[in-house]
Amino acid sequence: MTMTPRIVEIRQNVLKKNDLLARELRERFRTAGVYVVNLVSAPGAGKTTALTELMRRLAGAGWRVAAVVGDLATDNDAERLRASGAAVRQITTGTVCHLEAEMVARAIEGWDLGSLDFLFIENVGNLVCPASYDLGENERAVLFSVTEGEDKPEKYPTLINSADLAVVTKIDLAEAVGFDRRRFQEAVERVRPGIEVLEISARTGAGLDRWLERLLAGRAAARVR
Amino acid sequence: MHELSIAHQLVELAVENADRMGLRRVTALHVRVGALSGVVQEALRFAYDIAAAGTAVEGARLIIEDVPVVIYCPACRAERSLPAPVPARCPVCGTPSGDVRAGRELELYALEGEADEEGNR
Ligand SMILES: Nc1nc2c(ncn2[C@@H]2O[C@H](COP(=O)(O)OP(=O)(O)OP(=O)(O)O)[C@@H](O)[C@H]2O)c(=O)[nH]1
Ligand SMILES: [Mg+2]
Ligand SMILES: [Zn+2]
Repeated sequence: MTMTPRIVEIRQNVLKKNDLLARELRERFRTAGVYVVNLVSAPGAGKTTALTELMRRLAGAGWRVAAVVGDLATDNDAERLRASGAAVRQITTGTVCHLEAEMVARAIEGWDLGSLDFLFIENVGNLVCPASYDLGENERAVLFSVTEGEDKPEKYPTLINSADLAVVTKIDLAEAVGFDRRRFQEAVERVRPGIEVLEISARTGAGLDRWLERLLAGRAAARVR
Repeated sequence: MHELSIAHQLVELAVENADRMGLRRVTALHVRVGALSGVVQEALRFAYDIAAAGTAVEGARLIIEDVPVVIYCPACRAERSLPAPVPARCPVCGTPSGDVRAGRELELYALEGEADEEGNR
């Protein structure tokens, strides 16, 4: 049989499987009325510490909160998060340097989402790979600690471009490390104009009230939609 | 480095679609990679060769089309293509804009190959 050369248009997203699953998750979250936040940052920026404090405050105010946390190997972060009183599940990713929708779907199996108000997802500490993977979250917060330098956002434009909120952590150390707020703010503006920047310290509690306020407003807005 | 995982998904998608389209032999994959996709082209090329080995698309060329970041400029009321992802400012009038209209894609755009004469679509 003779063969003829052909070119065929496909136009499919390479991460189609993840995107489809994320869409399903988003629909499940919406139906259940749970507000979902994905926390991303470089390793050690302060996700677990901030999340523990946020969840402690939310739980204290009567909100029903839970978290899933991704880690390459250990379950230390899950243990620490449980100190907040929230239900926590660990996702051990092994060699995978980011969370995928399928891992989240498996981690929340058996949980009654309808009995939750907030679900937090602590991603694997990594400023590159998590950007490409939608987890069905309502919002994505990217954290930068004051010890990482003011130009970090410009070095990782992809991740901050996928985020809805930028959080500066460990602000209690700002003076000690000579953190220049204005330079950081300018760097963020160059990469992602208009994104809100929050400054927090999980140590002193500074800025956490504003973050809580934002979360509650986000949840209320998502329920109207 | 998640390019290997991405390359495996790309190859899987290509094999699936080649089969669906009745392509007997795949000679090239056309992929569009946005400047904000988070994918490093060199790493993807390298990973692709590994991922394609032993599959139906082994030996097919990987043709990558760069997709620049396009923002909507509220001052010009027009979409503007940026020479680089940073700064996110209109290259014509300098207005900052976070309204990204293109540049995040990571897409298998087309497949080149050979089909049977009648082309069983
Ligand atoms: N001074 C100060 N230290 C903090 C603060 N938040 C976190 N740290 C410290 O920073 C280190 C890393 O914090 P984690 O919360 O574990 O960071 P993480 O982002 O969860 O880290 P990975 O999950 O490993 O990526 C720990 O030693 C924390 O005690 C803060 O607000 N102030
Ligand atoms: Mg952690
Ligand atoms: Zn303009």
